[in-house]
Amino acid sequence: MDPMEALVAQIQGLSSTPGDIARLHIILKQADDSLRAESTRLSPVLGQLAPSEHSLGFLYVLDAFTSGQISKQQAETSVPIITGFINACNAEQIRLAPEKFVLVCKRLKDQVMMLEAPIRGVGPLLTAARKLQLSTEHLTPLHSDFLMLCVLAKCYKTGLSILEDDIFEVDQPRDLFLYCYYGGMICIGLKRFQKALDLLHNVVTAPMSTLNAIAVEAYKKYILVSLIHHGQWQLSTSLPKYASSVAQRSLKNFCQPYIELANSYGTEKIAELEAYVQTNTEKFENDNNLGLVKQVVLSMYKRNIQRLTQTYLTLSLQDIANTVQLNSPKEAEMHVLQMIQDGEIYATINQRDGMVRFLEDPEQYKTCEMIENIDSSIQRIMALSRKLSAMDEQISCDQLYLSKVGRERQRYDFDDFDVPTKFNI
Amino acid sequence: MDADDESSNPMIDEIYANGGSPEGVGGEKRSRRLIISGDQFDIEAYASLYSGRTKIARLLFIADHCGGDNSAMQLEALRMAFDEIKKGENTQLFREVVNKIGGRLGPDYTMDVAWCETVDRRAEQKKEKLDNELNAYRTNLIKESIRMGYNDFGDFYYAHGQLGEAFKSYVRTRDYCTTSKHIIHMCMSAILVSIEMGQFTHVASYVSKAEQTHEALDQITAAKLRCAAGLANLVSKKYKLAARKFLETAPELGSHYNEVIAPQDVATYGGLCALATFDRTELKAKVIDNINFRNFLELVPEVRELINDFYSSHYASCLEYLANLKANLLLDIHLHDHVETLYDQIRHKALIQYTLPFVSVDLQMMASAFKTTITGLEKELVALITDNQIQARVDSHNKILYARHADQRNATFQRVLETGRVFDRDVRSMLLRTNLIKYDYNARSLSRKL
Repeated sequence: MDPMEALVAQIQGLSSTPGDIARLHIILKQADDSLRAESTRLSPVLGQLAPSEHSLGFLYVLDAFTSGQISKQQAETSVPIITGFINACNAEQIRLAPEKFVLVCKRLKDQVMMLEAPIRGVGPLLTAARKLQLSTEHLTPLHSDFLMLCVLAKCYKTGLSILEDDIFEVDQPRDLFLYCYYGGMICIGLKRFQKALDLLHNVVTAPMSTLNAIAVEAYKKYILVSLIHHGQWQLSTSLPKYASSVAQRSLKNFCQPYIELANSYGTEKIAELEAYVQTNTEKFENDNNLGLVKQVVLSMYKRNIQRLTQTYLTLSLQDIANTVQLNSPKEAEMHVLQMIQDGEIYATINQRDGMVRFLEDPEQYKTCEMIENIDSSIQRIMALSRKLSAMDEQISCDQLYLSKVGRERQRYDFDDFDVPTKFNI
Repeated sequence: MDADDESSNPMIDEIYANGGSPEGVGGEKRSRRLIISGDQFDIEAYASLYSGRTKIARLLFIADHCGGDNSAMQLEALRMAFDEIKKGENTQLFREVVNKIGGRLGPDYTMDVAWCETVDRRAEQKKEKLDNELNAYRTNLIKESIRMGYNDFGDFYYAHGQLGEAFKSYVRTRDYCTTSKHIIHMCMSAILVSIEMGQFTHVASYVSKAEQTHEALDQITAAKLRCAAGLANLVSKKYKLAARKFLETAPELGSHYNEVIAPQDVATYGGLCALATFDRTELKAKVIDNINFRNFLELVPEVRELINDFYSSHYASCLEYLANLKANLLLDIHLHDHVETLYDQIRHKALIQYTLPFVSVDLQMMASAFKTTITGLEKELVALITDNQIQARVDSHNKILYARHADQRNATFQRVLETGRVFDRDVRSMLLRTNLIKYDYNARSLSRKL
């Protein structure tokens, strides 16, 4: 009997109970090399297996099948196969061989990239990530690939679904860096700047022993988004203490144009800012950040108008145009109108006199929705602090941690008693 | 608008009384004001307040800063400086002043080469003598004599204008000081020289050194030290501390310290700094009700009046006093750099105090109370509101300033939600970092095991 047929028979026979599947896993591991050798003859084999029932076997065969170099035509045929498998496969079976599954999914990503149709990979990768992760707190290596495809395909909303989960469990730091970076870009695309800031913040302050390019790019975007959202750059002097020392020391050196941009923003002079952007357009363009930089300039106008609401009750459009350095009252009116629409200021425009009347924030914190909102925040934070204390407990019982702390304390004590010998030297 | 102003509503009159002068009280006030504005800067009187080097330094400062259009004043200052220098032994300074005069004061005020040479020769001899003496003392190791020797050297250098050398010599006496009196003497000399050199960090450190001596300081020395500390704080722009030091100065100071500061200066410096930095209660308690300081204020009635005007909210007259004083203050060797800042702060304070009790303020009236235009006033107010120093908003259409009462409830809600959000974010990113560190640590310990 052909070894391949025997293998197929085994896969078909041993895919029902957990015990059988474990045995099958061992067999498959042994057969892996021979499968790879036969990679060209495998497409009929795939036809004999059902992806939903024989998921583990299917995965091994599929991996071997896609392992070689692939042309564009071949990709056209293999993409639907992998997509179909991802949609149909049994989550429990594939979790037995997560590396293989990730490998296959990454190939799918490469293939859709080759076909220049990233959107074809978005749906399958989302399903794959969901099937692979043990809980929503778990970050799989597929997250970052999925988000990258979302960015490329501009499917920001789809990407957001995965970003709304809180991630705590991470296997590979690199996955997290990419996940947060791409996630930040998606949130920027959706103009959810606060969320974007949180994600980019995670990249910049993550523990790292050497500086990496992801962190540098994230830092650049972090500066820009922070200017757009907060109108200032609070971390200009230094990163928070918990950031790694590498980041604190050298991140700044790689982002000089951005830090100067932030300084120029701080002067509140629109002409100065525009001149600076003008002279450095090329640098920003090379970093693919020119769009964000333009938004920064635009946000300065908004910020200045917002500041006026703090000082004036009424102000003519002409005066607004003068203080904010817009060309005409008409332009000022457009800006104010836009801001009222976006809920960024509360005001009414009196076109007859050309006056703008600024109002207070009408939110009174009395509505049911607001109460519900507050209540849900309270619940969330309570859950979070429970998690925090659980984590604290877990770490204080962690053997590795205890042995490390214990050792350090011992050495410290030893040094204390060591004083006389020092004098002898 | 004018017609409105004319109609004499008693209420409005009352408010005007804040600033301008209504007819009733005006007569007396105006006459007093005339006296001040006619008060030209009298160099002779000014110079007579001081002695020693500071007199010369101040005269030269006036000559340099009174501007080209006032050459009579410049020459007068130079003439007096010339006379004063001639009494001393500083030939270097003499040459400088003669250059500055440039023959404009006639043959009596030209280069006196013979005088310079005799003074220089005498100085040379004296230096030699002092040197010999000091060497003799040093070989004999008599502490007190060595101290005296260095001290004489300090005095000698000081008289000849070599301030750096003088400072060094005075400081050297420190190793040979045996009583706290000696230490205080050393500190006072060091302070004097440092002030002349403009080294105010030295001043501050020697003041604290002198104040740390065990023995109780006598009234006059204590007052001198307060003045020196006040000057040091003033120069380093710590106006509030400067004000405190000047206010603590005891009236026994008199003219004992006129080689550095005149009691009139104490009043002016202290008064202005206090006005610029103190709040209302502090101003009342520490300045107006301060009996010690009142003695100083009596010497400069303008400052006393303007402080009282400020406290009783007569801002227009207060600002007018200030404006009249300004020209003179700009010629003061220590204060000139700070006049603008202090004036700005005082003006801001006045604006803030004016708006404080009102729910709404008519900018028209406020502008007239401060003798300024509405647009100018609006700009000043906006700057202050932006700085969060006034809680109010401007109705630019109707020219009215409305006080803004922060809604505590809303603000609390906003803050709570924001705090919650920040906590949420911080904890989550912290948990994430913890896990990363844990991973990193596990990976390292694994690789070590392998």
